[in-house]
Amino acid sequence: MLLLWLVVTITFLLVRLAPGDPAQLLVPPTASAADAARLRGELGLDRPIAVQYARWMGDVLRGNLGESFATRRPVGRVLREALPVSLWLGGGALLLTFLIGVPVGILQAARRGRAVDRALTVAATLVYAAPSYWLALALVAVFTYGAATWGLPAALRLPAFGMRSPGIELHGGAFLADIARHSVLPLTILAAIGAAGVARYARTSVADVLAQEWVRTARAKGSSPRRVYLRHVLANILPAMVVLFALSFPGVVAGSIFVESVFAWPGMGRLMVTAISARDYPVVLGATVWYAALVIFANLAADLALPLLDPRRGG
Amino acid sequence: MRLEWICLGALGLLALGTIAVPALARRDPLAIGDVLSLRLMPPFATDVRGEFHLLGTDRFGRDLFVRMMLAGRLSLAVGVVGSVLAAAVGTIVGAVAAWRGGTVDALSMAVADALLAIPRLVLLLVCAALWQPGLTTVVVVLIATGWMGVARLVRGEVLGVRAQPYVDAATALGARPWRVLLRHALPNALGPAIVATTLGVGNAILLESGLSFLGLGIQPPQPSWGNMIAGGRDLIVAAPWVAIAPGLALIATVLACTLLGDSLRDRLAGESGATLRDRA
Repeated sequence: MLLLWLVVTITFLLVRLAPGDPAQLLVPPTASAADAARLRGELGLDRPIAVQYARWMGDVLRGNLGESFATRRPVGRVLREALPVSLWLGGGALLLTFLIGVPVGILQAARRGRAVDRALTVAATLVYAAPSYWLALALVAVFTYGAATWGLPAALRLPAFGMRSPGIELHGGAFLADIARHSVLPLTILAAIGAAGVARYARTSVADVLAQEWVRTARAKGSSPRRVYLRHVLANILPAMVVLFALSFPGVVAGSIFVESVFAWPGMGRLMVTAISARDYPVVLGATVWYAALVIFANLAADLALPLLDPRRGG
Repeated sequence: MRLEWICLGALGLLALGTIAVPALARRDPLAIGDVLSLRLMPPFATDVRGEFHLLGTDRFGRDLFVRMMLAGRLSLAVGVVGSVLAAAVGTIVGAVAAWRGGTVDALSMAVADALLAIPRLVLLLVCAALWQPGLTTVVVVLIATGWMGVARLVRGEVLGVRAQPYVDAATALGARPWRVLLRHALPNALGPAIVATTLGVGNAILLESGLSFLGLGIQPPQPSWGNMIAGGRDLIVAAPWVAIAPGLALIATVLACTLLGDSLRDRLAGESGATLRDRA
């Protein structure tokens, strides 16, 4: 809670001490200086910074994040509309990340030093070094332009922009199928980058577990490899993976900023980028507070989940 | 061992290229010439004046290879300067926090924790958006958002070193506290910070290019890999090479920095493992 207060205060100071006058950006270029001054008064920007801070803090405590300068809509509602989009992208990507990354890591550890391991390490390092927006553009080039030029089947010509097909109203299954089709490229990119990182962690942790005596014992008493990996190895890396899951959640949500802006998805990331260029302070502040709350909440969840998964840590 | 030299060699070659290529170029990589006849030529093309373009040209008819190298100057410099200065700030904060303890320690670590609770990209965006976009802003922002990790690392190390007998010995010999910190404690606590800095260079280059891609970093006509990719964004179908080429340069650079940092960490881990055994 103290941490959240510090975050809120720091962001407030950062935003308010910066040069640039939001009122100047909000009035049309033809408006007079008096109009700008009136707007400043309406938005409370002419008060001393301490008064602005006290007012904002009081509002935050009551769950009121203020009103967007640009659209005059409550920030809370604007964020609530954008959050599901980011959660769908970020949460979906994170799930895929672990469903792909952990098995890949186990495979690498089991075949350590062999060709499969080396090839996967090279691939993961390459993906990890690539910026997500560049990968996004490359995939767009392949699946729109490329798919059309090389005569690939229509199923592979994936939509590259937006979350839904424009202009048509769809309902029920068709609506979901449309969103799923639009999700393929963004989710692939986020999941690939995430899986590259998770596989690296999983490979190291599995290699550590495989070197333990109890694994040798399990093998000696004749357990099948399948049982060794599922019962002994997976159970022992699970706590580490759960912590990693919780800790990487906010990062993935934030990481979708680039993907959202390349693919034009109306999520928190895109909202934040637009708000920043418009100097829409309340939205920027609100989004930052939400992101920070997400991080703190994820940390807490990891702390709480750990004793449940690993009886040795007491619980 | 061999991998380290390959990475160092690649980075050195790139650094040399970023200095030499724009300097030797026949035309100003920022100037816009005869757009209609020169624009969007594919890689390995020769234009009407008989000039060869290794990577083709962009939408204003400027040679992409020369621009990419000029962009590399900025990207490399920003990455190295940004992460080294961030590490320096982090080292100072961490060392002072650990050495002084009390309120200074509690306060600085609380601020570090609060900043760490905001995803770095979000923090970076907020800061970058607040000041005039440009080179100085990007470096300052990289420092402002990058010092916390190193500060925590150095603090932990200094706290560990502080309990060592040689620190007591130096104090007993009459050395002033700041001399003990600078001469005895800090040099023994810097290992992890150096590794973190090396790994941070690649990260800083990625972040800079990301900011520039979103239009909040280096501003055109000054090229950076990020804004070159952004410039090729709507040409991705008509002229994919405009966006692909700077991306490949970016990946190669980040890859070299990451591998270098990794092997440095492995080597240092081996060493500190040995010293730990010696102490025991």
